[in-house]
Amino acid sequence: MSASLSNDQPIAIAIMALGGQGGGVMQSWLVTLAEQQGWIAQSTSVPGVAQRTGATVYYVEMIGKAAKRPVLSLMPIPGMVDVVVAAEWMEAGRAIQRGFVTPDRTCLIASTHRQFSVAEKTVPGDGSMDPQVVRVAADASAKEVFAADMAALAEENGSVISASMFGAIAASGALPFPREAFEEAIRSQGVGVNASLKAFAAGYDAVSPAAAKPLEMTASSAAVYTSERRMSGGTAEQQAAFAALQKRIERDLPPVAHDMAQTGLARVVDFQDTAYGEEYLARLQRIHTLDQQNGGEARNFTATQEAAKYIAAAMTYRDVIRVADLKIRASRFDRIRKDVKASDEQIVAMTEFLHPRVEEIAEMLPRKMARRIENSRFLSGLIDKLFAGGKRVRTDSLRGFAMLYMLSGLRRMRMRSMRHYRESNHIDAWMRMTVDILPQDYDLATEVIRCRRLIKGYSDTHARGMSKYDKVMQGVMKLRGRPDAAEWTERLRRLALKDVDGKELDGALKTIASFESSPAR
Amino acid sequence: MAERSFKKEVEVLRLGANQVFTGEAILAVTKALLECGVSYVGGYQGAPISHLMDVLADAKPILDELGVHFENSASEAAAAAMLSTSMHYPVRGAVTWKSTVGTNVASDALANLASGGVTGGALIVIGEDYGEGSSIMQERTHPFAMKSQIWLLDPRPNTQSIVDAVRHGFELSEASHTPVMLEMRIRACHVHGSYVTQDNVRPKFTLEDARNHPRRDTERIVLPPASFSHEFEKIEQRLPAAIKYIKDNGLNEIFDGDLSEIGIIAQGGLYNGVISALRALGLADVYGETRVPLYSMNVTYPQVPDEIEDFCRGKKAVLVVEEGYPEYIEQAINTILRRAKIDTPLMGKGCLPEAGEYTAGVLIAGFRKFMTEAGLEAAMTPLPAPPASQKEVMANLATGIPPRPPGFCTGCPERPIFSAMRLAQDELGERHVAADIGCHLFSSMPPFNIGASTMGYGLGAASAAGLNIGKGKRSIAVMGDGGFWHNGLSSGVANAVFNKSDDVIVLVDNFYTSATGGQDILSSRATNTFRSTKHPLEEAVKGVGVEWVKRIDHTYNVNSMRDVLKDALTTKAPGPKVVIASSECMLNRQRREKPLVRKAINDGKRTVQEKFGVDEDICTGDHACMRISGCPSLTLKESNDPLKDDPVASVDSSCVACGHCGEVADAAILCPSFYRADTIHNPSKLDTFLAPLRKKFITWLQARRHSRRLSEASSAIAGEAR
Repeated sequence: MSASLSNDQPIAIAIMALGGQGGGVMQSWLVTLAEQQGWIAQSTSVPGVAQRTGATVYYVEMIGKAAKRPVLSLMPIPGMVDVVVAAEWMEAGRAIQRGFVTPDRTCLIASTHRQFSVAEKTVPGDGSMDPQVVRVAADASAKEVFAADMAALAEENGSVISASMFGAIAASGALPFPREAFEEAIRSQGVGVNASLKAFAAGYDAVSPAAAKPLEMTASSAAVYTSERRMSGGTAEQQAAFAALQKRIERDLPPVAHDMAQTGLARVVDFQDTAYGEEYLARLQRIHTLDQQNGGEARNFTATQEAAKYIAAAMTYRDVIRVADLKIRASRFDRIRKDVKASDEQIVAMTEFLHPRVEEIAEMLPRKMARRIENSRFLSGLIDKLFAGGKRVRTDSLRGFAMLYMLSGLRRMRMRSMRHYRESNHIDAWMRMTVDILPQDYDLATEVIRCRRLIKGYSDTHARGMSKYDKVMQGVMKLRGRPDAAEWTERLRRLALKDVDGKELDGALKTIASFESSPAR
Repeated sequence: MAERSFKKEVEVLRLGANQVFTGEAILAVTKALLECGVSYVGGYQGAPISHLMDVLADAKPILDELGVHFENSASEAAAAAMLSTSMHYPVRGAVTWKSTVGTNVASDALANLASGGVTGGALIVIGEDYGEGSSIMQERTHPFAMKSQIWLLDPRPNTQSIVDAVRHGFELSEASHTPVMLEMRIRACHVHGSYVTQDNVRPKFTLEDARNHPRRDTERIVLPPASFSHEFEKIEQRLPAAIKYIKDNGLNEIFDGDLSEIGIIAQGGLYNGVISALRALGLADVYGETRVPLYSMNVTYPQVPDEIEDFCRGKKAVLVVEEGYPEYIEQAINTILRRAKIDTPLMGKGCLPEAGEYTAGVLIAGFRKFMTEAGLEAAMTPLPAPPASQKEVMANLATGIPPRPPGFCTGCPERPIFSAMRLAQDELGERHVAADIGCHLFSSMPPFNIGASTMGYGLGAASAAGLNIGKGKRSIAVMGDGGFWHNGLSSGVANAVFNKSDDVIVLVDNFYTSATGGQDILSSRATNTFRSTKHPLEEAVKGVGVEWVKRIDHTYNVNSMRDVLKDALTTKAPGPKVVIASSECMLNRQRREKPLVRKAINDGKRTVQEKFGVDEDICTGDHACMRISGCPSLTLKESNDPLKDDPVASVDSSCVACGHCGEVADAAILCPSFYRADTIHNPSKLDTFLAPLRKKFITWLQARRHSRRLSEASSAIAGEAR
């Protein structure tokens, strides 16, 4: 009987893709490629609901023609997959998890870009998962790894990720066909051939041995911040005043805090003016002096560094004036033109989606006026009718731009506004608490500074952030004096950023409340 | 067809004798039907058999030439009932649907059909939606075949075997006067392969002949006393005839092997999986040569006792590879062996898991166990040792890979419906929401978390009926336009009217059945030469007596969507409140419009291309927008601002400018970060007149401001680094 079995093995290729990424296109290129080269290819997929953005697997087996017809598998066999193509970085991890990637035979070709899942996106803090986990797993599990940002290459060349990935497959040498054969497969499919070939070439070059460089894993390909430490525009006096403030930072603050302080200063001056910048430095100096007195040097002046960041963030709160100010800048117009890839002569219209509430409008006004409005149902009703509510503003039109321009001009009276009064009070209370704690518990004070991170968003979201901040601060009051107070505060902050309702935060606060009845551990 | 053209596929249907078909198996089945002289075809679309329906819907000229009648049936029940044409007339008919859900719906008609029996061949092409990629409950079609005595073909998953099964299916049906099911699993439907075609055949006895010479035979009608005699006829005549045909034509296959003391009996559809798993163990090769004798059961109902007895006799152990539960085949084989007094030990569930898809990994583990228990461990290739770090790597991946279930597409018009429902519930309190089958069921997952149940296609409103007590908080039922026409109009809406429901029914209208691929239905907006479309849901609903009906024609307007929902939940009007939320499916709309836009730009027509965006300096990174959207194009971006800790929101290039994010930011009063940028191609005279004026004015003001204040030049504000 069949005591002697053939040793022929098909080449097995699993494509890990997300619905809508065009995994089917790549699959049909692979089949065409194999068939044009005189091979037999079989492909299968499980479309259906997976088409709708979910993770899905396309599978191809190919084998050279022989006297007998092959019996090919309809799904990847763990341990017997030769090529895994992952059109998103975490999907490479999923392939490894499913046992498709093995050190003896699997060539892993993956795009390093991230397409964030709903679970990652809905976290109030940073919910993005660590790409390094997949990097480590890939190195441990694959025979060879070819990785590059294939999505960016596709976009640069006006094509889809399938094309750049197909180029990477060609360059990997995992299939015994020449580059021309791959290109011929693309040509014979007939759709968007030129763009596909360009992206193919980009993908090919990106993973070719000559171009391959060690992989830097970051959560996304965001540009690195470039603080130029200079302010543009303004008068000569303003520039001189700003330069003086910059010098003060270099003179009074430790070098380790210079970068952050300069950034903070620039932001605060951008928000208001150099006088406000002085206020910022005064606040920062107050923390730094205390920092020095309490052994800060040994701790790398962490408190000063964090204060430089969070005081600036707190002082540049987002009122209507700030939003209008940011919306009308020339630099923003340029940024948007770049984003939509408009040519220089092309017209780009911009529509803003604004929804000011009575609260925000009233807070813009001087304290007395604001309070009168807030206390009068009639006045707030009137303002609500006249100014509040959903607005579509065309910033490229004369009217829309002029309106936002005028609003941003209210910057001159901002220091007298209700919003500023409230924000300043809040900052002062926060600083008092820090100053109060720092001499006793340096780490806890630093954590208190960092808790400012909890306050973000607008309207309801802002209110929710505020209430979380308040809750954490109440927790801090209870924690004071405990050796693990800083550690707990860090935990509270982390939990507060984890879910919207703050359920986990409330749970932790309950635990803290129970400490009061029992002695510190 | 509403949204896609299948012209290329239709051409394949014209292949003649000795030409080579290359493509997906479900298309091969479509071609094979024509080669078999089918007279009429019906069915209801759904993965994995939508393609059969789509291609035939576009194949009118060919079908006309051959005298074949094709219907897009209203439901699987309607399709099954169509097969009654083959009861009295010698014509071949085929219907298709997604199973088991479609078979559930069809089973009333199927049972009647199977009882009376058929004269012409009746074939039911079953898309077995089981295992990875499935969207339905995990069940088997097998017991439907058993209970009604319908024969069940389960061919090996290669194009030639599947095509052969179509031919045998018709012949078996005619030889045994019984309808036949041809089962194809998801991957088998989509498998790419080839076969040598034959000429299409024009039926000898035409449907026109049937209409002009009507026949009837009370013996075939399910009515006493005939219904009682049917039962005996099934067992005494049709079953033996079927077994004879199966044996005589060698429908089941034996692949011999040198390890003759053991054997495997597998469902035909699992054959490739079995061979691949054996190959992984060194027990088979890629050409199907196997060391373990294999009985490929290509007809899983009825079984052929002689063949099974012969295969098992004298063996030390036989393994039954039968996917799904209960193990009907294994039980049947046990009975056959017992009756024949054959004591070969039979293994099946036990070596292999009782539940779940038999993936390659599962089969390999099961075969390893079987071989070991049979004392043949040495015949297998030993397992390669896993890498030392594997355990740790797997543990890290287990928590480090985000789950990625399917969800609403970018720009889906259903997303704003559920954003609005979320907001309405935030104001009026949480409601019991009965969901339905369709893309809208994705609402039950994050970020919306709306929907408590799904009871079957079109049964959304019916499934809320138990709570119809007219007190407490009103419930909401969701139903798609597909489900509405499938049965929801009567089971849901009319039922609510008749039982004086006070609750809310939301009809999701995307202009055609979107989830199954964009097929036309009665309320489709498109003009269809072969079908009657443009029958508004509104009229149907009013026609069955609903008085409170409101329609939203642009679901993306979250404010009005929310307000109409609030209205429906609070109005004092009696009777069911029906909200019709209409906007076209974006997936299909983009398929149609993208090429048109490209063409318009090339032709020099004024075209506006829209895209949404987020001002990252205004965004604070709280992600509230994503919690109420879930749009794939609204995503995270690492902030390059050192003053920010968390990633900011960003709209990527896949944005189709549906406007949902901006609308939600407004309706939920989230933040002012969203903007829409409209790029104007081939501007009009007015555009080119206005633009420089505006630019001059704006640039002047910007320069004025710039000269009077200091502006940060860093990338965080200017976005220069992008």
